[in-house]
Amino acid sequence: MIDARGLLCPMPVVMVQKEVKKSAPAALEVLVDNRCAVDNVSRFATNQGYAVQVEEQGADFLLKLSK
Amino acid sequence: MKKERWIVVIAGIAVGIAALLLQKLGNPANMGFCIACFERDIAGALGLHSAAKVQYIRPEIVGIVLGAFGMSVARKEFRSMAGSSPAIRFVLGAVVMIGALVFLGCPLRMVLRLGGGDLNALTALVGFAIGVALGIVFLKKGFTLRRSYDTPKAEGTVLPLVLTGIFILFLAVPAVFRLSTEGPGSKHAPVLIALVIAIVVGALAQRARLCMVGGIRDMMLFRDAHLLWGFVAILATVLVGNLALGGFKLGFAAQPIAHSSHLWNLLGMVLVGWGSVLLGGCPLRQLVLAASGSGDATVTVFGMMAGAALAHNFSLAGGADSVNEAGALVVGGIGTNGKVAVLIGFAVLLVISLVHSRLKEE
Repeated sequence: MIDARGLLCPMPVVMVQKEVKKSAPAALEVLVDNRCAVDNVSRFATNQGYAVQVEEQGADFLLKLSK
Repeated sequence: MKKERWIVVIAGIAVGIAALLLQKLGNPANMGFCIACFERDIAGALGLHSAAKVQYIRPEIVGIVLGAFGMSVARKEFRSMAGSSPAIRFVLGAVVMIGALVFLGCPLRMVLRLGGGDLNALTALVGFAIGVALGIVFLKKGFTLRRSYDTPKAEGTVLPLVLTGIFILFLAVPAVFRLSTEGPGSKHAPVLIALVIAIVVGALAQRARLCMVGGIRDMMLFRDAHLLWGFVAILATVLVGNLALGGFKLGFAAQPIAHSSHLWNLLGMVLVGWGSVLLGGCPLRQLVLAASGSGDATVTVFGMMAGAALAHNFSLAGGADSVNEAGALVVGGIGTNGKVAVLIGFAVLLVISLVHSRLKEE
C-alpha cells in the first residue's frame, strides 16, 4: 500500500506512477488525506487502465486500484 | 471526469473575464491579477519595503483567500495541516517572488500579458517551462519536502484571519498604511468591487484547483492535460477580450509594466517555474492552499512577502521599459543586484533540490 497522507499534489500521483512503472501491479491501494489527491490519483489511474474505488476512512481516503 | 474538465475551463474563463474587468475598472494594464505583484503591494503598504509606487492593500489577494476559504469549508475540504518543511517553503517562496519580480509578474500575470500581446511573456513562458522541467527532474529523483500533519484548526485559519484583519483596518483607517499616490500601486479598481470579484475567483480557483504551474507540470510528468485547460482558457479569454476591447498591443518593446530584457525575463521565470514545482503549486495555488487550511502554504505566502521586501529593498526587481524625451526606447530590466540575486536563487534552488532528493533515500 502507498501511504501518501500529508503530501500535496503531485507527490501522491508521482508515487503511484513510480509503483505502476516498477511493477505494474494488478491491484494497488493508495491512502491519501485530501480531495485533490483523490481526484488526481483517480484521474491518473483511470488513464492507466485501472478501475478506482474510493473509501472514506475517517478524514482520509483509501483508493483501491484494480485492473 | 468530463464534468471536472468543464469546471476547470469555466474557472479559467471566469478568471480571464475577472482580469479584464478589473483592468477596465482601474487596475494596471495586463494586471487584472498578479499574485506576486499584489502581495508585493501589500508588503509595501505594510512598510516592509519603501518603493513608493508599489504600495497598496490589494483586495484581490484578500478576496481570493476568502473565496477559497469559503469554498473549502462548504465542500468540507478545509483541513488544517502543517509541518512539511515550513522553513524551506519560506525560502522557496522568497526565491519564487524574486524571480517573479525580475520578470514583473507571477505565472498568472504572464498569461494575462501574453493575452495582451506582450511577447516578453512568451520569452517568460519558455523560461517557465524550462523551470518546470528542472523541478520535474528532481521530483523524479525523489524530491520531497516530507509530509504535513493535522494541526489544531486555528493553524489553517491564519491567512484568512490576518488578511481580513488588515483589510478591515484598511477600510476603517487607511492612513495607517503606506499607499501609493502614483505608479502601479495607485491604479486599482474600486475596493469592494475588486473584493467581490476576487471572492468569486478564489472560490472557483479552489473548486477547479487552478494552478498555472500544474498544467505544464502534469503534462510533462503524466501526459495529463487537465489543468492545462485552465491555463488555455484564461489565455483564450483574455486574448479575445483584449482584441475586442482594444487592449491588444503586439510586440516586445514598451509593453505596460514590463521590460524587454529577454535573458532576465527568461531566467526570472525559470526560477519561478522550478521553485513552484518544488512547492507543489504556483503563487495563486499557494494562496488557495493556505485558505484551505495549509499552514505550510501560509508560510510560503509570508515567504513571498519577505521576498518582495528583499526585492525592493535591495533593488532586485525589474524596471519597466520607458520612452525618453527624445522618443527613444529605454530598455528596462534589472541591475547588477538583480542579476546576482537571480544567480543566488538558482544556487538556493539547486541545493534545496539536491538535499531533499537525497533525504528520500534514507
